Amino acid sequence: MSRYRLEIRVTPRPGILDPQGKAIHHALHSLGWNGVDDVRVGKAIHLEIEADSADAARSEADAMCQKLLANPVTEDYEVYQVEEA
Amino acid sequence: MRVAVITFPGSNCDYDLYHAVKQVGAEAEFIWHRQRGLDGFDAVLLPGGFSYGDYLRAGAIARFSPIMEDVVAFAKRGGPVVGICNGFQILCESGLLPGALIRNESLRFQSEDCLLRVERNDTRFTTDYRAGEIIKVPLAHAEGNYRASDEVIAELEAEGRVLFRYVDAQGDATPEANPNGARNNIAGIINAAGNVMGMMPHPERAMESLLGSENGLGVFTSLVATPVAG
Repeated sequence: MSRYRLEIRVTPRPGILDPQGKAIHHALHSLGWNGVDDVRVGKAIHLEIEADSADAARSEADAMCQKLLANPVTEDYEVYQVEEA
Repeated sequence: MRVAVITFPGSNCDYDLYHAVKQVGAEAEFIWHRQRGLDGFDAVLLPGGFSYGDYLRAGAIARFSPIMEDVVAFAKRGGPVVGICNGFQILCESGLLPGALIRNESLRFQSEDCLLRVERNDTRFTTDYRAGEIIKVPLAHAEGNYRASDEVIAELEAEGRVLFRYVDAQGDATPEANPNGARNNIAGIINAAGNVMGMMPHPERAMESLLGSENGLGVFTSLVATPVAG
């Protein structure tokens, strides 16, 4: 068993209105960053998992996302940075 | 009739619901979320509040509370289940109702009276209203913006499963009458079997005209008056 460090990024699905992203978009424009076309706000969840392999750690994280960490109606998720801690 | 009011850590409308059930002449009992079993109950209510601090997503963690397994089983047997505000969010997270409730379009916590159109009075939650009746009840939430896929929204509309809709004084579901950006001004829905209902506004806070409105009473009198199935 090794320890793996994973980052899960949960973001609003395309087409789902993201009110927080919209508000930040407005704020960036009012600060002069007029080149910003779109802002989406998600969340990052950092996990440390004991698992037999990087793949096993990843598939466990995937199951966690499907059951609890992301809501498939409104959110997408991706699992990143599989590395041994 | 014996009604269970489920209390989660962070629930804050449980006493309002308890009082509402008593007011319409039924027995009410608090059930702590770690308890198990709902034998002997005729209806289950999930209160508003901030279960688990709304961490992760509103309702996401409460949905895995031990009692929720029993609530799901109770609903599958056809028992009536009502979720109000956070209770509605928990029902969506648990899959007993379709869709999800996301941050209000305004980004603000909306706390105000709203007008609702009762779309049907042939459900066990609305028999004491007239179809099309407009009622005034308070709402108080930050995540009440109802979302679902186009297919699900079309299905809800086609099957008449939108039970309450935000409207203006003329009864029109205008964008101005929509407090949170919910699709199709949806304030409350029922499941396909008609025994599970979720709504964002608070009928339990509109039970006495002395306190502003008694328009919420009908939800509870209807629930209590409907004969228990099975």
